Amino acid sequence: MILLVDPGFREGSLGYDEFVCSIAGIVERAGLPWACQHYTALNEDELRDAAGIIICGTALKDNAFLENLERFSWLRNARVPVLGVCAGMQVLCLAFGGSVRPGCEIGMTSIRITVPHQILPDPPSFMAYELHTHSCVPPHGWEILAESEICIQAIRDPERPFFGVLFHPEVRNDRVVKSFLEICEG
Amino acid sequence: MKLGVLCSGGKDSLFACFRAMQKEEVACLITLFPENLESYMFHTPNLHMVPLQADAAGLPLKSFQTEGIEDAELRDLSEVLKIAVTEYGIEGVVTGALMSVYQATRIQRICKDLDLWCFNPLWYTDPVRYMNTLMASGFRVVVSGVFAEPFDESWLGRELDGTTLEILSGYARDYGITLTGEGGEYETLVLDAPFFNRKIVIQESERHYRNFRGVLSVKRASLEEK
Repeated sequence: MILLVDPGFREGSLGYDEFVCSIAGIVERAGLPWACQHYTALNEDELRDAAGIIICGTALKDNAFLENLERFSWLRNARVPVLGVCAGMQVLCLAFGGSVRPGCEIGMTSIRITVPHQILPDPPSFMAYELHTHSCVPPHGWEILAESEICIQAIRDPERPFFGVLFHPEVRNDRVVKSFLEICEG
Repeated sequence: MKLGVLCSGGKDSLFACFRAMQKEEVACLITLFPENLESYMFHTPNLHMVPLQADAAGLPLKSFQTEGIEDAELRDLSEVLKIAVTEYGIEGVVTGALMSVYQATRIQRICKDLDLWCFNPLWYTDPVRYMNTLMASGFRVVVSGVFAEPFDESWLGRELDGTTLEILSGYARDYGITLTGEGGEYETLVLDAPFFNRKIVIQESERHYRNFRGVLSVKRASLEEK
């Protein structure tokens, strides 16, 4: 089971339809079961049963999760692959000692691959949909896989299968999620 | 949260409104009427029916005339949103965007500039599930425009139901149209919705059709008890 974590301002908010269901659709089309839980209501059973975890995005104005980072302390003990999408990448950065700062991109943007990786499209570059007001400074030691003109777009932890993408792969880049699911399946 | 719903009168904007009503407070519908029939953002057949839909739903409508020229209509949208903030206290905007990055990007940017929330509850939704949910939820939707092969004139005014959905699925398979009409292959008009207090009845309409392109132009319609 792939666990989708909704970091939205409220459980079942309108952002759920937009940012969680769109990712869930990719998981479904890949033939994998999924479950979703709001980040404030995660329990140990759900985390234990997951073959992989995707922390989804939020609406542009929805940054409430940044005030509740202690709710993501489970990440430190996670033993399965984790993908953070947009807000999810910000969570990953902050959970492991990185930081976020103002940095806004909206719309299709050119992304340059700095380190080729199976989770990303083929080098040297690709177009991706952006919807964020914060950019990320990755945790110490994490590898930067891709950048746009203004900020880091994809990162990975070299020690664990943890990945972050700031762009929204559900728009024209669902291959990114599918590649992550392949990693989850081992 | 008080929200304004960008409404074209078609199934996507009114279904998005329905979703928004289930989770937040919809304070008003918002419609831009483009003078330019080739408007990039806002043109659909039968926009003049939106006031009747607003009436049916018991929602206020904030409408605004726009020239329908690319940059100007975005300025006009920004203006009408500012008015909706003042008059109805909206804190965010809802759209029925399904996959249009062009439309979503522009509306997201305007909302950011105005410090408004922006929600697209149908964004990259599964088309088959959406169409089935639309019908199962009690929407009555007719085809109000066709703009692609193989749609013939008989589609104008045809109601979306299980049978038409099956035919549309075949068209999607054989002609590459999108099931939802997202690619502009067809447009729709909502006559009834679960949140309408009354339903719309078309009393007089005209069909204009030629070479796989046509519109159902509603000349006279009224509200009736459900």
